[in-house]
Amino acid sequence: MQVSTSQSNTYNDTVIRQFSIMAVVWGVVGMLVGVIIASQLVWPELNLGLPWTSFGRLRPLHTNAVIFAFGGCTLFATSYFIVQRTCHTSLFMPKLASFTFWGWQAVIVAAAISLPLGFTQGKEYAELEWPIDVLIALVWVSYAVVFFGTIGMRRVKHIYVANWFLGAFIIAVALLHIVNSAAMPASFMKSYSAYAGVQDAMVQWWYGHNAVGFFLTAGFLGMMYYFVPKQADRPVYSYSLSIVHFWALIFTYMWAGPHHLHYTALPDWTQSLGMAFSLILLAPSWGGMINGMMTLSGAWHKLRTDPILRFLIVSLSFYGMSTFEGPMMAIKTVNALSHYTDWTVGHVHSGALGWVGLVSMGSLYYMVPRLFGQKQMHSVQAIEIHFWLATIGIVLYIAALWISGVMEGLMWRAINADGTLTYTFVESVKAKTPYYMIRALGGLLYLSGMTIMLWNVIKTAQNGKAAVATIPPVAAHA
Amino acid sequence: MSDFTSSFWPIFITVISVGGVIGCALLLWLTSKIKATSPNGDNTNGHVWDENLREMNNPLPRWWVWMFIITIIFSLFYFAAYPAIGTYAGKLGWTQIKQYEQEMAVANKTIAPLYAKFAAMPVEELATNPEAQAIGERMFMNNCAQCHGSDAHGSRGFPNLTDSDWIHGGSPEKIVETLSNGRVGMMPPMAAAVGNEDDVKNVANYVLSLSNSTHDATRAAAGKEKFAICAACHGADGTGNQAIGAPNLADNIWLHGAGEEAIIKRINEGKVNQMPAQSTKFTPEQIHVLAAYVWGLSNNAAK
Repeated sequence: MQVSTSQSNTYNDTVIRQFSIMAVVWGVVGMLVGVIIASQLVWPELNLGLPWTSFGRLRPLHTNAVIFAFGGCTLFATSYFIVQRTCHTSLFMPKLASFTFWGWQAVIVAAAISLPLGFTQGKEYAELEWPIDVLIALVWVSYAVVFFGTIGMRRVKHIYVANWFLGAFIIAVALLHIVNSAAMPASFMKSYSAYAGVQDAMVQWWYGHNAVGFFLTAGFLGMMYYFVPKQADRPVYSYSLSIVHFWALIFTYMWAGPHHLHYTALPDWTQSLGMAFSLILLAPSWGGMINGMMTLSGAWHKLRTDPILRFLIVSLSFYGMSTFEGPMMAIKTVNALSHYTDWTVGHVHSGALGWVGLVSMGSLYYMVPRLFGQKQMHSVQAIEIHFWLATIGIVLYIAALWISGVMEGLMWRAINADGTLTYTFVESVKAKTPYYMIRALGGLLYLSGMTIMLWNVIKTAQNGKAAVATIPPVAAHA
Repeated sequence: MSDFTSSFWPIFITVISVGGVIGCALLLWLTSKIKATSPNGDNTNGHVWDENLREMNNPLPRWWVWMFIITIIFSLFYFAAYPAIGTYAGKLGWTQIKQYEQEMAVANKTIAPLYAKFAAMPVEELATNPEAQAIGERMFMNNCAQCHGSDAHGSRGFPNLTDSDWIHGGSPEKIVETLSNGRVGMMPPMAAAVGNEDDVKNVANYVLSLSNSTHDATRAAAGKEKFAICAACHGADGTGNQAIGAPNLADNIWLHGAGEEAIIKRINEGKVNQMPAQSTKFTPEQIHVLAAYVWGLSNNAAK
């Protein structure tokens, strides 16, 4: 195979520009669907009485759009950006990289059509039917070839820490997707899982938790390890902390899935292992937070003037908060209260909106001007406004769901002296209404911030033109 | 435990889970010794990427290391105390089933005196006892209302409990029986026995005529003879048979839908309908109180 680009002295940023723009577009779409379904929970009339617009079909559309379309495009964009720059080389097989872009967009469009039509495998975060799953697998393997091929062509001896995380994310997601999606096709767009009963549930939550651990954590930690030191212009805080928390994180995450199945048909021993490893996961997770935050030592003052750095650092504080909350919720006795309540939904969103969302936005704000030959975004003021809209939105969202989650958990378990339940289920639903309104408002604020970002990105792209970045020489001691 | 199909898996699980936890501790210990030095003497490890990306040699934060160690030690104790590593049941002998049974035993013991008081009273008397009615209503709202509705009026497939139409009998004893053991109603598909499509339609119209519902009199007359097959369960006059749960067809109450089309569907397809048993959730004394509430739904109003 001829790899002519290995001699190139410029980076291949075309595919990065494509992914960056689409990340922002899909972000707006996915969050809009999120606001719609949050509103449906308050005003059920918004289901419109149509199957295609009902909560049950739009909810997976929301999760798939924000995780795989917004998050996925951001991951592709940033990983291609990072791997070239930290390897001092152009992308391996740029045509294949281009295929990952068009293939991934095809997956997203197929999801946006098939989910409202009701095609689903019924597995959370893995709803897409088998033909789409096959396309995902093809795109993902191509992604791995491009990424690891680029690593293989690097002109520096050491592999930068961001690439460890991105590499682990790519390998793990391939493994998770292929194992969990194993199914017997019954017809075009209908299949049956290869696993049965509680084993199917366990495989699903091994997948589900690691989708969080690798797709939404390891990949975004890779982002953090590049954009935080770059934006702060400070070295990464601790090399040895990188090593411990990387290996401990990728090992431990693989075990934590059973905490999604506490007090179910899953055997006791499996639940216990899931709980214990979830607790151990606290330190490896916080290792990443510490390494990112402490990278700012000596540069804290920059937070006052730099909204991009603020996005990145606040994302790390939400990361620290949700990775503390997660292990606590994995404890059986806490889980007995929190399971099946809005607390879980709030927890996921403190990670999703706070960590994944903010770190993505910060990274995109760093990349976009550079990709279009600009010094900075079209409007720095707009970044500032976006930051505050997003932060206030998150706080409203998670605080509302903490209250409604704990409240409904307590209502479900309240028992009268005669042994009967104090509240019927529908009473707990009714009591949540005000909190659902606050939550929808929080989501709306978050969405409006994202819309401002879309405008800002389009303006920045229009002001500039596709920039050609020259590969700098390798530093002496690298 | 029956979770394992061979003795290999418990050993495998034990080795990798205990090994994994200890591996985390080893990783901590080994990494804390890493000390790369930069030739520049700037407390970095000397690597540079993309012009200015560097890594410092700062040691692991001590409080963080201790947090890590505490979770590791906790996990090892947890493995010793609880079922976690293969077939080893754990020192505490905890299982989720045992926890459930213990909590239920305690709860049932606490409430026993309250229900013992009611157990001595007949259903008819409990139906007018405000305290028992309040308890019965709470039980109903959390366990029965999901199908029969908060107002107990039921819906298609779920009987109305406030009328006096009983499929399996409305006496206190029968209600207790229904609540405790549940019921399975089964009507077989009868089309083949009744005859051709026309015969089925005729019988359906005869059934409608029993309750003076809208029907085609000619067809009803033609269907009368074929109804003999139905009469085996529903009785010659179509008023049903509570002993076998055959509904009354003459009272204009239609559990699975009114009208010719719905009845033809039942004759063609039959129907299996089920009420789940409640005896696994409640003590006999609790069911006694619930039965009084259900009995009262149709009988209290009559007074």
